[in-house]
Amino acid sequence: MSETTRDGDVAVGAHQSSDDGLTATELAAEYGLSVSGARPGLVEYVRRLWGRRHFILAFSQAKLTAQYSQARLGQLWQVATPLLNACVYYLIFGLILKASRGMPHGTYIPFLVTGVFVFTFTQSSIMAGVRAISGNLGLVRALHFPRAALPVSFALQQLQQLLFSMIVMFLVVVGFGSYPRLPWLLIVPVLVLQFLFNTGLALIVARLGAGTPDLAQLMPFVLRTWMYTSGVMFSLHHMLAGRPEWVIRVLQVNPAAVYMDLMRFALIEDYGSENLPPHVWAVALFWAVVVFGGGFVYFWKAEERYGRG
Amino acid sequence: MAEQNTGARVPTVIADELHIVYRVSGAKTGRGSATAALSRILKRGEERGVRKVHAVKGVSFVAYRGEAIGLIGSNGSGKSTLLRAIAGLLPAERGRVYTDGQPSLLGVNAALMNDLTGERNVILGGLAMGMTREEIKSRYQEIVDFSGINEKGDFITLPMRTYSSGMAARLRFAIAAAKDHDVLMIDEALATGDRKFQMRSEERIRELRKEAGTVFLVSHNNKSIRDTCDRVLWLERGELRLDGPTEDVLKEYEKFTGK
Repeated sequence: MSETTRDGDVAVGAHQSSDDGLTATELAAEYGLSVSGARPGLVEYVRRLWGRRHFILAFSQAKLTAQYSQARLGQLWQVATPLLNACVYYLIFGLILKASRGMPHGTYIPFLVTGVFVFTFTQSSIMAGVRAISGNLGLVRALHFPRAALPVSFALQQLQQLLFSMIVMFLVVVGFGSYPRLPWLLIVPVLVLQFLFNTGLALIVARLGAGTPDLAQLMPFVLRTWMYTSGVMFSLHHMLAGRPEWVIRVLQVNPAAVYMDLMRFALIEDYGSENLPPHVWAVALFWAVVVFGGGFVYFWKAEERYGRG
Repeated sequence: MAEQNTGARVPTVIADELHIVYRVSGAKTGRGSATAALSRILKRGEERGVRKVHAVKGVSFVAYRGEAIGLIGSNGSGKSTLLRAIAGLLPAERGRVYTDGQPSLLGVNAALMNDLTGERNVILGGLAMGMTREEIKSRYQEIVDFSGINEKGDFITLPMRTYSSGMAARLRFAIAAAKDHDVLMIDEALATGDRKFQMRSEERIRELRKEAGTVFLVSHNNKSIRDTCDRVLWLERGELRLDGPTEDVLKEYEKFTGK
């Protein structure tokens, strides 16, 4: 650095080299400089996100571990928390409110536990998604990475949480007489589809929550309403018996109900296919692909605006 | 000062009439009042209850390969904001920043988690900066040694919340400085740690500068600016007040602050 620029001269440097008289845009073009912080194209964005897969995984695992690191029992809470949750729901809905409605005891408890865990997976992915950007502004403002890494990472954290809960789920299901059999393999596609659906939702609410942080306050009420209309604690099939056919169908294609019912169908022997709406796999696939694809594009569209203000 | 002026000067960062505006919500009217908050939400006008802070006002400059540029100015003059805008982390209101490659801000603080061990934080921080697992593995020992965390026992396997603030700051700097950058920006990182660590940091910054294209350094310590930079930008109230060789600008700046 040898040339001296004079006081107050704002446009410096450029006017003293051989690039005299070029505007900033021309100078940038000549040396192949690109606009800082510009949003990459969709394909390039996916490529960069894939490049950060190790970070996404490490971040989700770190969050999961950090959750219980101060507790004496440590990681045991990963399993104990869902187990206690299931107990509370059984106490209230199974014993006090008797929401089982014609379902034998041996079916109702696995039915309830499966429903609670599967719905919690979606619920907590959304709650984490709302705060994915707004709660991590420090990270967004300090480091450069595709912002979608955050909501995806939080959804992945919830998936790992669910896998811990599955241990409890298997114990309960086996305890009430549904032993491992071939349909248990259906768990894998159900989980994949639900994870895609949850990630899409997390991406959508992450963008909304980045613009309007108040959403984090509102979301619990929306989610609770959703939970009560999805048949987590009671069978939609039994509860709505006698209502018009289309009411039942509409409530049954609700994505939360679809993933819950598929998981119950896979795990519980007495929960037969009569509880499932027609074309259930097509519906499950539809929700996963549409919400994930739409959510991803929707999130990417605002990429350069996250972290402002 | 002109140690690596090898003929043609290649620009690495061009700021063109850059304006940055922060939007702060809920800073205008009485916060506690629920009715005020409700009316803010209902008034879906242009900006509901949002106050604008014009942090950087029309700054233009060109930085070249091999330069170390100091940013000075009083608190709140827009130095850190300018760095974030160059890194592409804050969107510009008007104007543009052009850069060669991806500028990196030296700072991984936000990616680290206090409940995790230092060891896991090294890996997490490295991944957050975009290093690969292999790169981190090969530099792991270097990072730990540089931070000096293990000089007083095996602290790297303890959670970061057990560290003293100095130790944590040293580890953060060590992680951040482990990566090679095209354009590197450092925000007051030299003030951390004891004297010995500060010397080591300055040494590392000189090294990084040799590898990196351009280094930006924000500091309130005029001595560390003199030691590391050959050009200085002086910001005041979001405007570029002076731009020139370190000695000239610092002389003016000291006159200004001495008043």
